[in-house]
Parts: sequence; structure tokens; C-alpha cells
Amino acid sequence: MSAVKNIPAIQVENLSKTYGSGASAVTALRDINMTVHTGEVVGLLGPSGSGKTTLLQCLGAILDPSGGHIALGGETLYDDGWKYHDRRALRRDHIGFIFQRPYLIPFMNATENIAFLPMLQGKSNRMAYQRARDLLELLEIAHRADARIEQLSGGEQQRVSIARALANDPPVILADEPTAPLDSHRALIVMKLLHQMAQKAQTAIIVVTHDENIIPLFRRLYYLRDGVLHEEQGEGKPL
Amino acid sequence: MISLAYRDIGNSFGRYLFTGLGIGLLIGVTLTMAGVFRGMVEDGRALLTAADADIWVVQQNTLGPFAEPSSLPDDFYRGLLTLEGVDQARNIAYLTLEIGTAENKVRVMLQGIDPSAPIPRLVAGRPLTRPHYELVVDKRSGFHLGDVIPIHRHRYKVVGVTEGMRSPSGDPMVFLPLKDAQEIQFLKDNDAVYRDRKRLQENPRLNPAANPGLIDDVETAFFSNHRVNAILVNVRSGYDSHRVAAEIKKWLRVTAYPKDEMEQILIGNLIAMASKQIGLFLVILTIVTAAIIALTVYSMTQTKLKEIAVLKLIGTPNHLISRMILLEALGLGLIGFLSGKLAVTYWAPLFPKHVVMQVDDTLRALVITLLICVLASIAGIRSALAVPPSSAIGG
Repeated sequence: MSAVKNIPAIQVENLSKTYGSGASAVTALRDINMTVHTGEVVGLLGPSGSGKTTLLQCLGAILDPSGGHIALGGETLYDDGWKYHDRRALRRDHIGFIFQRPYLIPFMNATENIAFLPMLQGKSNRMAYQRARDLLELLEIAHRADARIEQLSGGEQQRVSIARALANDPPVILADEPTAPLDSHRALIVMKLLHQMAQKAQTAIIVVTHDENIIPLFRRLYYLRDGVLHEEQGEGKPL
Repeated sequence: MISLAYRDIGNSFGRYLFTGLGIGLLIGVTLTMAGVFRGMVEDGRALLTAADADIWVVQQNTLGPFAEPSSLPDDFYRGLLTLEGVDQARNIAYLTLEIGTAENKVRVMLQGIDPSAPIPRLVAGRPLTRPHYELVVDKRSGFHLGDVIPIHRHRYKVVGVTEGMRSPSGDPMVFLPLKDAQEIQFLKDNDAVYRDRKRLQENPRLNPAANPGLIDDVETAFFSNHRVNAILVNVRSGYDSHRVAAEIKKWLRVTAYPKDEMEQILIGNLIAMASKQIGLFLVILTIVTAAIIALTVYSMTQTKLKEIAVLKLIGTPNHLISRMILLEALGLGLIGFLSGKLAVTYWAPLFPKHVVMQVDDTLRALVITLLICVLASIAGIRSALAVPPSSAIGG
């Protein structure tokens, strides 16, 4: 599932998601079509309850869509049914998640939270810890490497969760309001980092956000309203 | 690979340890109950070992001195010696009494024996050698070699000390010469003797004016005891004790129990009620312990469901999550078991009853504890595996 030129990193066609059935059925996503290329960072906007998180969870193989087609790097993952047997391995190897809250493992320290992912992928402990240290360095929290999660501030925890999302060099990163717990300065740093990652590692990144300060940074934006997706050009302000 | 169980335990080690210690106390109480039961059985066996008899001859149609009053004339043993297959026959008397000084009264089981008889489990001093006023005490009584102990009107010197000789009810055993035991059994206080003597003297048939010396013989007969509780028989080599016992019953109008039958009476009948009670208590305690372990292990998993969902979300395979729950449960059981065993080791000597920790029981308890932990962790693993990864992010 490696990123190949001209093949979209994320290709979504006619994706739909309906909760419940019959009279009580609620349609959260209607015929969603979306394309995100490698090295691209796109924004996903929309009011609360518009289906942003549902879309992200469907793309992240966390939630089962009701129909449609999802392909990552040209490989079909979902076509009216999952094509990938081990979805947990799919998430581990191909998708990085960044959430509004860090969702770190409280019984591991900062380094272990990051190194655990490469270890799950089968990398040696030495390589996994080295990767974790490099990412902590990159995110400027190397001095908190051995700190327990509850000893970290909210911003530090979020940076660790970003480092964890990057740990396996995933071709796709799904970020659900990653800057929400950060101040505007830190938010810009995180966005800069995501853009750098997208460029350096040819990673496709979808960022769900409400943050007015970072919306102008996207070149391309998707608006989701009542389960229907619209594409718009963004300002693409330089960082 | 990072050990999830090790990290999780390390993160809240204090709480984990104290939970384990709490379970340990419960396991300790359960082990103690098992130990009390084993102690009763062992003490019963010690009594039989002390007697060193192949056959117990007791009063006809009674279950013997431990279960019912049994009384036989003390010269009856001579008749036993004439029977084929009988090698030795010894009188024995048992009575339970409080002895010692006013400051140190101890309830003991006195065992009146032939002074020449050997005494098992002697750890200090010597066996009885004189016909009167010597005692061999068990360590548990608190008396020491050389102590002089008043019993009724006489004073007895401790010449030997045994270890682990107790009655089935847990009283330390004290050996003394048979004649002394017979006297103690029958001896009355001065007021009672005075009243009985007066009553005899006032009876004209026992104290006729025409025969003034008769009252002395009557008093001697009245105030002396020539009864024993049982006669211990050893059979000659090559003779079957069941057959010899059958012969004794047939000819001498007494009841004779071979050693195994007496053991059955002592352990099966005499301590049956107590053992049933302890057994039932043990079963209840085991169930309670199992329920608490299961609940603790299950709750431990329930409090981690969010973390488990995150682990699943980031791609942790089920076997790693299951291993974490299983290892934590086993660790808890192990801490509980070890602390429980340690607690029993320290508190068992404080119990008035003999608490015997058998290796078999200990191993059985370990296996049961670990089994409960495994079963409890299966319930925890099932609930953990059912958690959808989306629940990590509130979806």
C-alpha cells in the first residue's frame, strides 16, 4: 500500500453511513466523495453533528460504513464490505490517529507510548525506542521522555499523541481537532509539523477542525453539512 | 516488546499490592481453617500414636474413652494376657483437668500410664520412671522441666517435655503414673470426703456397733479407685489384631477395637461434628474468597476498558491484551497466596488450636487460587475483547 505518484492516498466514493434502521434510522453520511493526495493536508470543516467524526472513523476502519468505496494508496479497503481482514493491523500499519484528546496509555511513559507502535509492527526494541526519541526531539519534548502521562501538561500529552501517530510512518493521518487543547502558538507549531510530515514522508493528512486560526492554512477544504460533503479551495496561507 | 501487565502493575503498584494483600488475608483465613481441621485430625492421631496399642479394650458397648465414659477394673488386664496372641496389656486412664498455679492455670488432658511405658515425641528430660508424682508435659502447656505443679492435694515434678502431643480438642497432653491418675480421677475435696465419711459412719449397716472395725474397710473401699478407662493391648508378632480383638470380645464381655477402628471412632465420629462445621465454614470461605478474587480481577479489567479500547484502536492484537489481563490476575493471585501463606505462618502459633499446614493443602490452595484467577480473567478478557475500539474516542 505504498504511496505511488498520481494515485490518491485516500479515495472515497459514494460513502454512506446510516445509524439504526427503519423509522429510527439516522443518515450521518450521504454519498461522500473525497480524494486526498500524498503530501497533502486537507481540512474537514462542519458544524457539530454534521458527521465529521463519523467520516474520520469510517476512513480509519474504526466504524463500519453502510456502503460505498474506500481505497488507501490505490488499494481497496472497503467496497460495500471490508476487504482487509485484519483491520487492527491496517490501522497500526497504515493510519495514524490524532484526536482532540490525547488518549495515551496511562501506564506507559511518554517514550513507551510512542515506541509501542513500532514494536507492535515487529521492530526491535532498540529501533522502536530510537524512533520514539527522534519524534520526541522533533516535537520538542525530549526532556519529558521518561515522564508518566499524568505528569505531562495537556499540550505535552497532545504532542506525545502526535508523535505516536507518526511513529509508524503511516501513509495516512486522520486528525480530529488535534489543536483543540493547544494554545494558538502551539496549534501553529503542530500544524507546521503536520505540513512538514506531509511533505517529508508523503503522508496524506485530513484535519478536522473548528479553529479559525488554522483554517486559512489549508489549500483545500471539505465542508460537511447534514452528511453531505462539499469541496472548496482554501487560502493556503504559508506557515 | 513492552509488557503491558508489568507496566500497568508498576503504574499503580501500591493499589495492586494492597489488593493482593487483602485477598491474601482472605486466603490466609481459608488456609487457617483448613489447618485447624488438619490439626484436629493430627492431634487425634497423636493420641493414638502415644498409646502405641494394636487393640483398645473398653467397657462393653461403648465407643471408648474419647467418645463415651468407659470404665474397666484395673486388674482386668490379667485376663487379657491369658488369651492367645496377646503380647502386652496396659491400663490407661484419661481425664481433662485444669492444672497449674493460680497465676498459670492450663487446661490439659491427663493420661495415666504405666510408668515404665515409653512416651513418644519426648524432646527434653526423661520418661516417667517413678510410680508417683512425676509428670511429662507437652511444650504447649507452658510448663518447663523441673517445674513443680500442684494437682489436687499433691505436687508433681515435671521430668520430661514432649512436643506436638495434644488431645483432639487441642489441649496439651500431660503424662503421669496410672495410680496417680486414678487417684486424681476419684479424689474429692476435703468437705466432700468429710460428708461422705460422716454418711458412712451414720449408716448402722456399714458401721454396726457389734463390728467397730468394719467401717475402716468400708471407707478404704469407698475412697479408692480401681477403675481404668481402657486397656491397651499389643498383639504378638504374626497375629492379626482384628482376629485377636474378636476373640477378646467373644470371651471377656468387653468391646475391643483394633487401632484402625479406634482411629475411625476418634477421627470419624468424635471430631466429625467439629470437622463438618469447619468443613462447611471452609467451603463458604473458599466460595467467598473465589467470589472476591473474581470480582477484583473483573473490576480491574472494567476500570481499564478505556485504555484497552485505545490499545485496540492503535492496533494492539487481542493476545497481548488477553495476556495483560491474565498475567495481572495471576500476579494478584500469587501475591494473595504468598501473603496469605506468610500470614498463616505467623499467626498459626497464636491460635489455641493446633493449626497444621500440610504441603498438599498448601499446593491445593495455590492451584485453586490460580485457577480462580484464570477463570476470573477469562470473564475480564471476554469483556475486554468485546470493547469496540471506537469507544476509546467516545464513538
